[in-house]
Amino acid sequence: MPIPGSGLAKGLAVTLRTMTRRSVTAQYPDVQPELPPRTRGVIGLFEENCTVCMLCARECPDWCIYIDSHKETVPAATPGGRERSRNVLDRFAIDFALCMYCGICIEVCPFDALFWSPEFEYAETDIHDLTHERDKLREWMWTVPEPPALDPAAEEPKEIAAARKTAEKLAAQAQEQAQAKEQEGEA
Amino acid sequence: MSSDTLDVVLRLLGVFVVFLVLPLAIGQTEHKVMAHMQGRLGPMYAGGFHGWAQLVADGVKFAQKEDIVPAGADRRVFQLAPAVALLPYLLVLVAIPVGPGNAVGQFVDAGIFFVLAVMGVGVLGSLMAGWASANKFSLLGGLRTAAQLLAYELPMVLTAASVAMAAGTVSLPGIVDAFHWWWVPWQIVGGIVFFTAGLAELQRPPFDMPVADSEIIFGAYTEYTGLRFAMFLLSEYAGIVVLCGLTTVLFLGGWHGPFGADGLGWLWTLLKTAVLAFVVIWLRVTYPRLREDQLQKLAWTVLIPLALAQIALTGVVKVVTQ
Repeated sequence: MPIPGSGLAKGLAVTLRTMTRRSVTAQYPDVQPELPPRTRGVIGLFEENCTVCMLCARECPDWCIYIDSHKETVPAATPGGRERSRNVLDRFAIDFALCMYCGICIEVCPFDALFWSPEFEYAETDIHDLTHERDKLREWMWTVPEPPALDPAAEEPKEIAAARKTAEKLAAQAQEQAQAKEQEGEA
Repeated sequence: MSSDTLDVVLRLLGVFVVFLVLPLAIGQTEHKVMAHMQGRLGPMYAGGFHGWAQLVADGVKFAQKEDIVPAGADRRVFQLAPAVALLPYLLVLVAIPVGPGNAVGQFVDAGIFFVLAVMGVGVLGSLMAGWASANKFSLLGGLRTAAQLLAYELPMVLTAASVAMAAGTVSLPGIVDAFHWWWVPWQIVGGIVFFTAGLAELQRPPFDMPVADSEIIFGAYTEYTGLRFAMFLLSEYAGIVVLCGLTTVLFLGGWHGPFGADGLGWLWTLLKTAVLAFVVIWLRVTYPRLREDQLQKLAWTVLIPLALAQIALTGVVKVVTQ
C-alpha cells in the first residue's frame, strides 16, 4: 500500500521537473525550424529534366498538375539523318490548394524532374494564388537540399556505377590501342 | 503634528504601492512559472524582454473594453461588487507587519481578528456579483462561493486561534515577536490547514469550483467585462499576496531568519511570502480541480478535525511547558 499523499507529491515532482527542463515551444517566426531533408514542404520542378511524359499528371490522385506542351522538330544531327521531334514544355503548374502532398508524382517521375523541398512558407490570401506556375516551381528547386549521404557500406549508386564502368571501358580501350601502336612500332 | 500626518501618508502610500506592485509581480511569475511547468515559454513579446510587460498590456486591453451591465442586473450591487472584492485585501495589507519595530502600515491591536474578519468580506464581492448578475451561472458560482466560504473560514479561524494561543496574543507583531524556530514543527499541521483553507477562500485552483469555467462558465464573474473584471482578477492576486503574507507572519516567523533579523528582517518576510506565492502557483499547475462535493468533504472531514487536533496539541504543549 502506497503512503497516503505520495501521489500528490509525485504530481508536484513532475511539474517541478518539467520547469527545470527546456521548453518545447518552437519560436517559429523568430527562429526558423530545422526540418529534416525529406520534409514534404513543397514540390520543386527541375524543368530541364522534364520530357512532358505526363506520368505525374496522370498518376496524381487529385488531378492537380496541369501540363501543356507542343512538339518541335529538331533538324537531323548528321547529314542525311532523320528529323526528330521533341516535346517542349509550355506550362507546368501545380495547384497546392488541391495537392495532398502524397508525393506520388515525385515517385513516378522517370527523369528526376520533381523533388520535395522543405520550403513551406507559401501561404496565400486567395485560394487561386495557390496554383503555382513553372517559374515558381523552378525557383523552389534551389531550396531542395542535397540528398542524405549513403550509409558507409552501402551499394554504389546506379548512375555512378554505370559512369565508372563506361570510364573503365574507355580507359581499357585506350590502353589496348596504345599497346597495339607500340607493337606496330616495334615491328 | 505635521510629521505624524506625513508618517501616516507615507505608510499608506507604501502599502498602496505594495498593493499595486506585488500582485502584478505574482501574476507575471504565474504566467512564466506555469508556462515552464507545462513545457511552454509563456508571454515572450510584450515589453521586448521575455514578455515582462504582459500584464501592463493586459491592463491596457481591459481599460479599452466596454463596461457592460446586463439589462436584468441589479445595477448598483453589480457595479459595487468588484470594489467589495478588491478593497478588503488592501485593508488587510495595512495590518500585516513586514519587519521588527513598527514596520507595519498601521498597528492593529487585535490584528488576527481584524485580518480574518476583513478577508472574509472579500468573498462577499463574489457573492454580490453572483446575485446581482441575473444569470443562472453567476448565481451558481455565487452560491458555491458562499458554501466554500462557510466550509473554509472555520479551519482558517481555528488554526489562527492555535497560533494566537501559542503566542498568548492576538496582535500580529506580537505573534512574530513570540516566535521561536521550534514553532514551525509544532504548528506545521495548523500552517498547512491555514494555507489550504486560504487557497480555497481565494478560489484558487484546485479549489476554483466557484469559477470553474468548464462547468459554470466563469461563475460569479461571467457577466463582467473591462475594468471591473480586471478588478476581480486583481483581487485574486492581491489575495495571494495577503494569504502568503499572513501564513508567513503566523506560521513561518515573519522577519525571523538565520541572520540579519534586525536590519534585513523585511527581506525575510518578503522572501518567505515569495516562496509561498510560488507554492500557490505550483499547486495550481499540478492539481486538477476538485468536485464540489469533494471540496466540502475535504473541509469538514479533514481540515476541521486537523485544525481541532492542532488546537489540542497547542494547548497541551502550552500547559506542559508552563
